[in-house]
Amino acid sequence: MSTDVNVKMEALAGVDPDALPLQVKDLHVEFRTRNGIAHAVNGVSFDLRAGETRAILGESGCGKSVTAQAIMGILDTPPGFITGGEILYRGVDLLKLPESERRKVRANRIAMIFQDALSALNPVFTVGFQLAELFRKHRGMSRQDAKARAVELLDLVKIPAAKQRVNDYPHQFSGGMRQRVMIAMALALDPEVLIADEPTTALDVTVQAQIMALLAELQRERNMGLVLITHDMGVVADVADRISVMYAGRVIEEAGVNDIYASPAHPYTKGLLESIPRLDLKGHELSAIKGLPPMLTNIPPGCAFNPRCGYAQEVCRKDPAPPLYQVSPSRTAACHFWKEVKGDE
Amino acid sequence: MSDVVLETRDLVKHFPLTRGIVFKKQYGAVQAVDGVNLQLRRGETLGIVGESGCGKSTLARLLVGLETPTSGDLFVQGKNMSNVGAEERRRGRRNIQLVMQDPYTSLNPRMTVGDIIGEPFEVHPDVLPKGKRRARVQELLDLVGLNPDHITRYPHQFSGGQRQRIGIARALALNPEIILCDEPVSALDVSIQAQVINLLEKLQKELGLSYIFIAHDLSVVRHIADRVAVMYLGKIIEIGTEDEIYDNPTHPYTQALLSAVPVPDPKLRGHRDQIVLTGDVPSPANPPSGCRFRTRCWKAQDICAEQVPLLEVRDSSGHPSACHFAEVRDVVHASE
Repeated sequence: MSTDVNVKMEALAGVDPDALPLQVKDLHVEFRTRNGIAHAVNGVSFDLRAGETRAILGESGCGKSVTAQAIMGILDTPPGFITGGEILYRGVDLLKLPESERRKVRANRIAMIFQDALSALNPVFTVGFQLAELFRKHRGMSRQDAKARAVELLDLVKIPAAKQRVNDYPHQFSGGMRQRVMIAMALALDPEVLIADEPTTALDVTVQAQIMALLAELQRERNMGLVLITHDMGVVADVADRISVMYAGRVIEEAGVNDIYASPAHPYTKGLLESIPRLDLKGHELSAIKGLPPMLTNIPPGCAFNPRCGYAQEVCRKDPAPPLYQVSPSRTAACHFWKEVKGDE
Repeated sequence: MSDVVLETRDLVKHFPLTRGIVFKKQYGAVQAVDGVNLQLRRGETLGIVGESGCGKSTLARLLVGLETPTSGDLFVQGKNMSNVGAEERRRGRRNIQLVMQDPYTSLNPRMTVGDIIGEPFEVHPDVLPKGKRRARVQELLDLVGLNPDHITRYPHQFSGGQRQRIGIARALALNPEIILCDEPVSALDVSIQAQVINLLEKLQKELGLSYIFIAHDLSVVRHIADRVAVMYLGKIIEIGTEDEIYDNPTHPYTQALLSAVPVPDPKLRGHRDQIVLTGDVPSPANPPSGCRFRTRCWKAQDICAEQVPLLEVRDSSGHPSACHFAEVRDVVHASE
């Protein structure tokens, strides 16, 4: 293992080991489509410490997956273009690196797992081959050694009879097992940051519990930073340390997990929390958020949430959009009326 | 007439597995639904929960008549649908309509919203004369909270939540008594999900509908259902009122299922009694002998492999559960 680390540190110039493993600063991404420019990400910033779990919470179309793709450098270009901002890995701006350097970061230092493991794995190769390929390409191992490491990895993610299963194809695994293979693949090169894009959305609850427990265990063992992208407020409450809530391509609230659930400071966060049915509370009225999220080609001026918001005043309908106000030393919210929303207790 | 609007007795659906093309030989069967007894009362909501592959969607298809049962009986308003004539069966189906999961694939992209919602009248022309249909479709659009002027639009011009409303309007067209919702909100975002759930509850109150609500999301089912049935590998393993199932579950599978649902409250982190099951659901083509859950159950004894536990009341909890060792365990700690 120690030799692996040396290989990693050699490969990338300018790495400051004391800097944060991941910092996103004012990221802008747009999609140039026939129907106009879709502003998918409009100034997203967040930090990730080693060993920390950062949840990015939002509904479909809020830009959370695009942010992940931009970090990984797997954005489809065209139509997607990163038009501004920085993505720093230990002080190195990944957006300024040439593709050959970028490859050294991908999977090595920042790895990703996807929602749908069946379409993320190649159906015509065995999972063993796909895992071994990582070691062969990135570490220059021989076929035999790489295969042995693949078996070790499947063992690590608790796939029974790993020695035999290594020769199976993705379709021969169940959904939960496939997600385990994905996790094995992401962890193969011992990354410092793992981005998990809706890792359990396609799974049943009992399997979801298994996968989340496995992720937490592996994260603790390796002191790995985890960016968890999800829309599930339950999962977030269970595992996250800090949360960034996204709406229409912006982070509209950023806080520690307890603050957000106890006293949301943005009307959207508040609306989300009030609109979910809960297992442990019965008979409470679901107060739905009225209306629909905006089209990304046509985001309303001012605060993007204003047409759906009960607090909205004239100031909310005018540009510029509300800045991130400092609600407390450790939390921010992009609402002019955060004091009213939060209520002072 | 009793107030039971829908009943199944020992409903079974096995899908045969065959080998060979000319000389077909059956070598097994996928036991998708295996002996289900259910009763739906007027005006109530019966929730059916279970993980993927437990047979809940096959059950839905059986109930609306999209599949014919291998054996067993289905009664719609007291009439046994398996031994009535084709005409009567067609009439019976009017009373039970389906809202499907995916609002993107369940609406024909080439039909206008008016044609989609009006299509049930083509199949059942005697319900409403042609001249009145357009007005009825507009009335339905209004009922589900859509603009009646959008009758000439196409599905792609609507968002996911709005499409699901169109699906609901279509299901309501023939004035059914029973609506069967197969995962009606699982494809929707949370903020939209609440809108659709509130709409379903409003419609139930206004029109006196009975719902069968199939979902894998236990929180949604708790919110909407009066009674809940839990399915595992084609069988109902526990059934009771919403309080009985959520507050006093007696079957180990129900307990594990409930304990696995994350609760959106970080203060409960680490304080929940979480049961993490090992392994996967066995194949329904080759289910375990005896109790089907025994391969993943921490309580399993020899008797579980030998005897199929019946769905019956075993202890003081007062609701039926199919476990030899049924006992209450509080896994959802009610907050506030």
